Amino acid sequence: MILNLQNIYKDYYQDKLVVPVLKDVSLQVYEGEYVAIMGPSGSGKTTLMNIIGCLDRPTNGTYELDGRNILGLNDKTLSEVRLNSVGFVFQNFQLMPRQSALENVCLPLVYAGIKKKERKKRAMAALERVGLEDRAEFKPTQLSGGQKQRVAIARAMVNHPKILLADEPTGALDSKSGSQIMELFHKLNTEGVTIVMITHDARIGEEAERTLHMIDGMLSEKKEGRGV
Amino acid sequence: MLENIRLSFQGILSHKMRSFLTMLGIIIGIAAIIAIVSTIQGTNKQIEQNLIGSGDNNVDVQLYQGDYVLDFSYEPIPAGIPVIAQEVLEEIRQQEHVEDASLYRKRQDYDGVYYRDTSLSGGYVYGVDSRYFSACGLMMKKGRGFSSEDYAKSKKVCILDKNSEKVLFEGADAVGKTIELRGEPFVVVGVVTEKEAFEPVISTMDEYYTYMEQSSGAVYLPDTVWPIIYQYDEPQSLVLKAETTSDMTSVGKNAADLLNGYLSAEDSSIQYKAEDLMEQAKQIQQLSQSTNMMLIWIAGISLLVGGIGVMNIMLVSVTERTAEIGLKKAIGARKSYILGQFLTEAVVLTSIGGIAGVAAGIILSQIISRANGIPAQISIPALILSVVFSMAIGIIFGLLPSYKAANLDPIEALRHE
Repeated sequence: MILNLQNIYKDYYQDKLVVPVLKDVSLQVYEGEYVAIMGPSGSGKTTLMNIIGCLDRPTNGTYELDGRNILGLNDKTLSEVRLNSVGFVFQNFQLMPRQSALENVCLPLVYAGIKKKERKKRAMAALERVGLEDRAEFKPTQLSGGQKQRVAIARAMVNHPKILLADEPTGALDSKSGSQIMELFHKLNTEGVTIVMITHDARIGEEAERTLHMIDGMLSEKKEGRGV
Repeated sequence: MLENIRLSFQGILSHKMRSFLTMLGIIIGIAAIIAIVSTIQGTNKQIEQNLIGSGDNNVDVQLYQGDYVLDFSYEPIPAGIPVIAQEVLEEIRQQEHVEDASLYRKRQDYDGVYYRDTSLSGGYVYGVDSRYFSACGLMMKKGRGFSSEDYAKSKKVCILDKNSEKVLFEGADAVGKTIELRGEPFVVVGVVTEKEAFEPVISTMDEYYTYMEQSSGAVYLPDTVWPIIYQYDEPQSLVLKAETTSDMTSVGKNAADLLNGYLSAEDSSIQYKAEDLMEQAKQIQQLSQSTNMMLIWIAGISLLVGGIGVMNIMLVSVTERTAEIGLKKAIGARKSYILGQFLTEAVVLTSIGGIAGVAAGIILSQIISRANGIPAQISIPALILSVVFSMAIGIIFGLLPSYKAANLDPIEALRHE
């Protein structure tokens, strides 16, 4: 089991008002699974994703990533977990605008303290994996939306994380490049990458082997998965 | 680290105008400090040169009673003060760092030196030994020096310096003429001048008094003639030539200590003392320094303002790049990496400002030097210190924005568009 979240609660505070966002969410994801989390905006999908991605801490509950208890870790160790175990893909790509595709993919390797030569080699390999090896020196402004998202996926994959988290990865794309990205996710999944994806597009959600629904901070499973 | 520096340059170059305006405060501050320090050092060098002269490294050792030089024109010679013997002089010449030493007697004569009706009022009469001129860096301008016969036979001959020649002869040639010294006729055999022409720059009254002595004219006699017009057994003064300027203090003190060993005067305040020109120079330098320290503080305020400017623009930069910071944290950048990145950017910014400020300061000090006639002495340690200091400003004023960046909540930051 890669992800094991048990009875997760998350409250936000607006002034003195407590706003519960996640209410008793439990989720298990096994290695090699492709999970889609669907739900309307404001249902708590992104908050759950942030907790899975070790960017946020739940108010209550337990969370194990690859058998490791995440909630007791300090900031520094959490950055290491994010660096080595989790890959993030965002709706708006989040590329560094002044750096080339290759440099963008190199970023996590810089944080991992890898030497420059090795960095280039690994980043090129990641770009090849998403089919963009001929765009390595292009700046984000010279790339199409679909290409930018591929660069972002290459960056998320470059450290060979345990799990790839994607937050509305096709939300900013036209349908053609959107489906290309979905093909890429499929390809990566068949290569053994565990994927958790957030989307509100039912068509995309159905491509996953397991679809979960988030409504009002509560998670429910429609299709039976392996371990629940 | 190198990666950070590269990123910093990228960031700075992408906002050229903003970066330049941010640096301007640092540039102005550093330039002002460099200009002030250069001017101070130039002035100090000038004070030293004015006092010490053109590098003859001469130290006078004279008899003092308390704080005053004993003047035998008014007072009888106290008992227990022997004339300095030739052997003692030889001993002094053997001392460390002494290049040469010579004995002389000196009298300021207000009404004793005449050529026809012209008086050399306030001029000095020196009785000197044969090595005096070379020890003091004087050379014959015309005529001849004293011969051994002049000394042996106590001939009534004299040598003038160019000031006394000018006063007494008003531009005419003095060699061969006869002047009157305390009623005795003396033949002028030569005129001496300084080996290296040195004109002190006089800008204050103190300096004027210091140099007046040198410019009021001198008449040199063989020391064997001294008793004929003044008195017998008058103790001499000593002039030393030190090997280097920095030896002057120690050489003078050693010689004075040696000579004091021969004294047996009842009044223990009568002592040989070396006139320490280096010490005097330092005192004058300190006076000018304390006023200039104020200027440095004022320039320091402009650096402070510059630093606040850097902090302000860095805070803007952090806000602008919130999404970038959030992403970097999300993909695994540690707090310390974000901190380092922004700190590096601040330090690169202020260092460039510091280097530009140093360049501007050098130009500025040259302009001041041209305009005021004060020589500027660019000090390499001050330049290095300025650049280091501007780096320190980058660290100090970059710390708060960098800390803010490092502690941004990645979720908030990612949401920021």
